[in-house]
Formats: sequence, structure tokens, C-alpha cells
Amino acid sequence: MQRRFYFDANATEPLRPEARAATLAALDALGNPSSIHGEGRAARRLLEDAREAIAARFGGAPRNLVFTAGGTEADALAIHGLAGGGRVLRGATEHPAVIAAAGPQAGIIPVDPQGVVRLEALEAMLAEGAALVSVMLANNETGTVQPVAEISRLCRAAGVAFHVDAVQGAGRLPTSLAEMGADAISLSGHKLGGPPGAGALLLTRDAADRLMPLMLGGGQERGRRGGTHALPAIAGFAAAARAATAEDAASLAPLRDAIERAAVACGAVVIAGGAARLPNTTCLMLPGCRAESQVIALDLAGLAVSAGSACSSGKVARSHVLEAMSLGAGAGEAIRVSLPWNATGEHVSVFAEAYRSMAERMGRRAA
Amino acid sequence: MIYLDHHATTPCDPRVVEAMLPWFTERFGNAGSVEHAMGREAAEAVEAARAEVAALIGAAPSEIIFTSGATESNNLAILGAARFAKGLGDERRRVITLATEHHAVLDPVAALESEGFEPVVLPVQADGLLDPAILAEAMRGPTLLVSIMAVNNEIGVVQDLAGLGRMVKAAGAAFHVDAAQASGRIPFNVSEIPADLVSLSAHKMYGPKGIGALYLRRRPRMRIAPLVAGGGQERGLRSGTIPVPLIVAFGEAARLARAEGPVESLRLRAQAVRLLGLLRAEIPTLQLNGHADRRVSGNLNLTFPEGTAAAILAAAPDLCLSSSSACTSGPDGAVGPSHVLTALGLSADAAQRSLRIGLGRFTSASDIETAAASLAAAARRAAAAARAAAA
Repeated sequence: MQRRFYFDANATEPLRPEARAATLAALDALGNPSSIHGEGRAARRLLEDAREAIAARFGGAPRNLVFTAGGTEADALAIHGLAGGGRVLRGATEHPAVIAAAGPQAGIIPVDPQGVVRLEALEAMLAEGAALVSVMLANNETGTVQPVAEISRLCRAAGVAFHVDAVQGAGRLPTSLAEMGADAISLSGHKLGGPPGAGALLLTRDAADRLMPLMLGGGQERGRRGGTHALPAIAGFAAAARAATAEDAASLAPLRDAIERAAVACGAVVIAGGAARLPNTTCLMLPGCRAESQVIALDLAGLAVSAGSACSSGKVARSHVLEAMSLGAGAGEAIRVSLPWNATGEHVSVFAEAYRSMAERMGRRAA
Repeated sequence: MIYLDHHATTPCDPRVVEAMLPWFTERFGNAGSVEHAMGREAAEAVEAARAEVAALIGAAPSEIIFTSGATESNNLAILGAARFAKGLGDERRRVITLATEHHAVLDPVAALESEGFEPVVLPVQADGLLDPAILAEAMRGPTLLVSIMAVNNEIGVVQDLAGLGRMVKAAGAAFHVDAAQASGRIPFNVSEIPADLVSLSAHKMYGPKGIGALYLRRRPRMRIAPLVAGGGQERGLRSGTIPVPLIVAFGEAARLARAEGPVESLRLRAQAVRLLGLLRAEIPTLQLNGHADRRVSGNLNLTFPEGTAAAILAAAPDLCLSSSSACTSGPDGAVGPSHVLTALGLSADAAQRSLRIGLGRFTSASDIETAAASLAAAARRAAAAARAAAA
């Protein structure tokens, strides 16, 4: 069987061994965390330990953390729950979860060609009044990191709530609710190397107290999110949050840089190469070669990469992220390469070889 | 320790765990990543599981939307159906449910009032069943949606869903059924029950916590608005990365329920009858709450003549059971008398003397004997303590 190499960590990270162990242990825990008998209390302890670990890891308080089914629900909860029907401003390159929750009436904050939010544009938009600003910590397609501390200052000055979709940045960059100056941050377990099925919204106390719930019933999560807790996924999420450090993620940058050098040598252009970026992510445009064809060619060679976000359920559409960065036709010629936490030098050599061979074949066809 | 709280949650069947494990580790692809082989493999596994969940209730796979659990399914069904209809300009505002429903139904129904809807909460009879005449009366006003649970989570009562559903459809309203406690425990087929929306939960049927489903009828087509939008998964009705291992596990749990549910149900019925007989031999005035026959196998809800449920539970530390729904008994919610039991007409005092027992797949014959002896002894001690306190 062909050996496969995974370069799609931004879609989902491989499960970390610590998270696997915690998930399996929680699968054996029998009780419902809301039951008051011994089994229920044991399950509740697992839940509260997880809550404390995740809150501490991301600079918030356990009581202000709301467990959700994942990052998308956390985004929806933050935006519906904090904007209260008021005007929402969101970045042009946000994840579809934020775009959908913010709705068609939302103000769209433009980005520069590196994908960075234009602060002067945001300032002008804030002057017209808003209830909530939502900007991501790091982009899932290009890895571009947003200046969240500066955005926070603008929001504070305008008295507007600030939500950060930290799903891609958490565990890969220093990520602290308090240091970012956000009112709420969205987190996802499986993007940290936990199992899919658990995420969280971590809020400041003020924001937590005024959050309007999306799902009701049962009274779990202080009435902010009803439903039996997904304990195995939550336990895995906490273990992954402990294990995923920005220092470890930074060690992926040299591998990513080597991949970029190999691709550039074949004629590729690095998108957002001038921006502060996630250490594991690169977005490579190969002029004249359709992204879809590149992904298929690499897949046949045993490499899993993607043309954009994984979320569109089968639809390979043009990336709104790259369109917003004014890349023109180039938007359809870029692939996303995102290294998983367990990537090694072998990822670099395998990629360099497969990419070179693909670029040669496609180049000949294009010529 | 004997676990008798299968209405709160069930243990994961070892076969379910075995089926899901590979999808955590070596086969970890995102089912949305259809561009590469690992993603496609995950997507295929999700579709196979969807077919199993659909088969459990006689639905087509395309009628199943995966959610994070029955609470989300109930919210999506109720809020989603009401908001979609209102958005289309539908003038009907009445939304009807029962006083004995789970809070995951009662709370979203109540919340609709602030969006201009008219929530109506119907009483039930002393046996927990809904009187069809009361439903007919309530539906005389223009009714948008009726939500009735299949199996009550506290008293195990099984409503006449086929008959009530026909009335709802005759009135032109949409029919939602919270089947969280029903799936795998009673026969439930959407070809016989004219439900437009059905909520399902994996962890109530020996699957893991964190996954559920909503059945959405295709013919005639039921339309709802999403609660969580974004990546467009689940046909745009429920966005978010699909938790592949949990879904694979749900599929396996559904397969097992379909294969083994009918026989399991017969065994649980016999065990529940045996347990009740043993307890009544010791405590002749023990009262069974809810209809004696039209209840799910394995459920007993008992009011003891003396001593509070809390005192009985404290005196039987080897038994794992509860006084009411898990969702309102924990530190998150107020611990009050069960709204289900008070809806049957029990006094607050009687409700506080009541226990819910849920037998399950791994309950053995000897568990029943041990539990009966332990519970009877605990009840005697609690009764003695209550008498001493009163004296």
C-alpha cells in the first residue's frame, strides 16, 4: 500500500497520544456529568478538570468557559449571543462559520494583499457604530496572523465587543484571552490534536454574564448551552490543549520554510509570505495550474493537501480568502499546505519531490 | 456498584468503542476534505453510519442530519421550524407541547414567545398519557408545530405517537418527536408515525456522548432554518466539522439496536417486572408512576411511602440511580421536585419520595436480585429515619 503523507492539519490535526489516552479513559467513565450519583460525580470531575485546564491554557477563568460541539458552534454562539441583533463587523477573510453567523448585513473589514485587516478602515467603520467586531487570530488558508491586540484597542476605544475566532491560532501561537484583549475567543479541540466533537467559547466575565444562549434546555453550562456534555471529546480536547504548545509549533516553521523554498524553485509564489503567519501553514500559488488539478495530482502521489477550507462539504469553490486579498486569477491556482504537529523532515523531502514532479508535468502541459 | 440510571446515559457498548477507535487515530481525516483520499474515506464512513441511523427509524439516509446530541436536535427542530415558517410569512404562531417534556423541548418552546410565537403547554393525565381531546382543542387555533416526546425520560410512558401524529397532520401542523429515550428501546418507524422531525441521541443507546441526529422528512418536505451556519455541512442545516469517530460509533450503536433491541426489550421488561415484584413484596404500598403497561421496558418510577429519595439513595451507595432527570439534578440546575411527577398530580412531597430506575443492556439477573434487596433495605432505613425525625 502507498505510504501517505498528511499536509492538511488546518482541516484537522492528527490525534495526539495524550488526547487519545484521555478520550479513551473518558469513554470508560460511565456517568452523565449532570447526574449526582458517584458515577455522575466522577464524570463531572473529569469535565471540570478539563474546563480548568483549557481556561488556564488560554488565559481565562473556568466559570467563563462554555463547552460547545466545536469551533463553528462557538463562533455562532459568540456572534448571536454577544451582538444581540446589533451591527456586526467582521474581517473579509473570516471562516465561513463567522461569515454565516454575522449574516449578509454585516460590515466587512477589508484586508491588504497579505490578508491583514486594514486598521484604518476598521476605525472608520467603528465610528459609524457597531455591537460586535469579529476577527480571526490566524487564517485557515494562508496562516496570516491578525493584529488582534491593536484591533482590541480600537474596539475598546469605541466601546464595542470583540470576538476572536482563535480556532487555527490556538496551540500554535501564544493565545491568551486576557493578553489579546478579547471579550470572547472560539476554540476547537480537533484543531489542537484532540478528537472532533468538542470546542469552547472562552469569555471575559462581563461577556459571559450577558451571553444569550443558542441552545436551551437542561441548564448545563450555567444555562449558556444545554445538552449532555461530550465527555470523551472534551477530555481529549483538554489533553490536547495541554500538549499543544506554541514552542513546539514554532519548530515546524523551518520545515515549512524548506517546503516553500522547494516550491519557489519550481515557480511557485508564496501567498501572504510577507505577513506574520502560522508556523505550520503555507499557501502556494503555481501560475497557470488549477488548484484542483494540483490537489488531485498530489493526492495520487500520496500527499493530502487542500485547495482551501475543508468545510464546504465537497464543493471545491474559489477561495473567498484569496479573492479578498486581490489575487485575481491566482486565487484559483493556490493550494494550502499545513503541517501536522508530528511532521518531520521526511515531510519536506516527500513534498519537494512530489511537487517538483507535478510542476514539471503541469508546466509541460501548460507550455 | 450496580448502574440503574440508563435514562441519564448508557455505557458505550464495547463493540461500539471498537468500531470507533480507528477513526480517532490512523483514519483521522476530515470528512469535509473530499479532495484527498483520507477525507473521502472518512466521508464514506459517515455515509455508512448515516444509513444505519436512518434504518433504525425506517428513514432514508438523506433525511438524517447529524448534531451534537438530542438537545441540539430539539432546539434545531423547534426553533428552526418556527423561524423558517415565520421567515416565509406563515401567519401561524401556536407551538404546542406537553408539560412532561424534557427541558430541551420546554425551554426552546418557551423562548419562542419572545419571537412572537404562542407557546401552549398541555397537561397530561395522571398516568402520563396525553388525552387526544385536549390536543384537538388546543389545535383549534392556527397551529404551526406540535412537539411530543416518544418515551418520557422519567416515567417511561410511551405516547400514542401514530394516533396523535395523525391528528397533528390532519390539523396541518408540523409534528416533532423527541425520541431520545425511544430509539433502540421501542419500535419507532417514520412510515407509521407521521413525524416531520425526530430527535435522536447516541449516548442513550450505548453510543458515545456528543453525537445525535435530527430526522427531517423529505416527502412532504419539512423545512427548517439552521441554528449554526458556516461551512455548509449537513446540507447547510448544521455546520461544523463532522465528528467522524462519534458518527461511526452512532452508526454501530444504531445497527446493534436494530439487531438486538427487540429481544433486549423483552428481557428488560421481564427484569423490571421482577424488580417491581421483589420491591412490592417488601413495601406493599410502593406506587408506580406512569401508565403500568404503556411504558418503555426497563423503566420504573417509584414513589416510596416514607423517607425521601435523597435519604434512600444515601442509604444505598452500591446503587447508581437518580431521583429525576440528570439534566436538572446536577449542580448546574436547581434541584426541585420533578416537573414530570408534579404534572401527573403528585404533591411536591410525594415527588421528593420518588426514584427513577432505568435498567439496561448490561443489567444482569443477579443485579436485579441484589438491587431489590439493597433498595428495600435502604427504603426501610430511610423510613425509620423519617419516623424518628418526625417523633
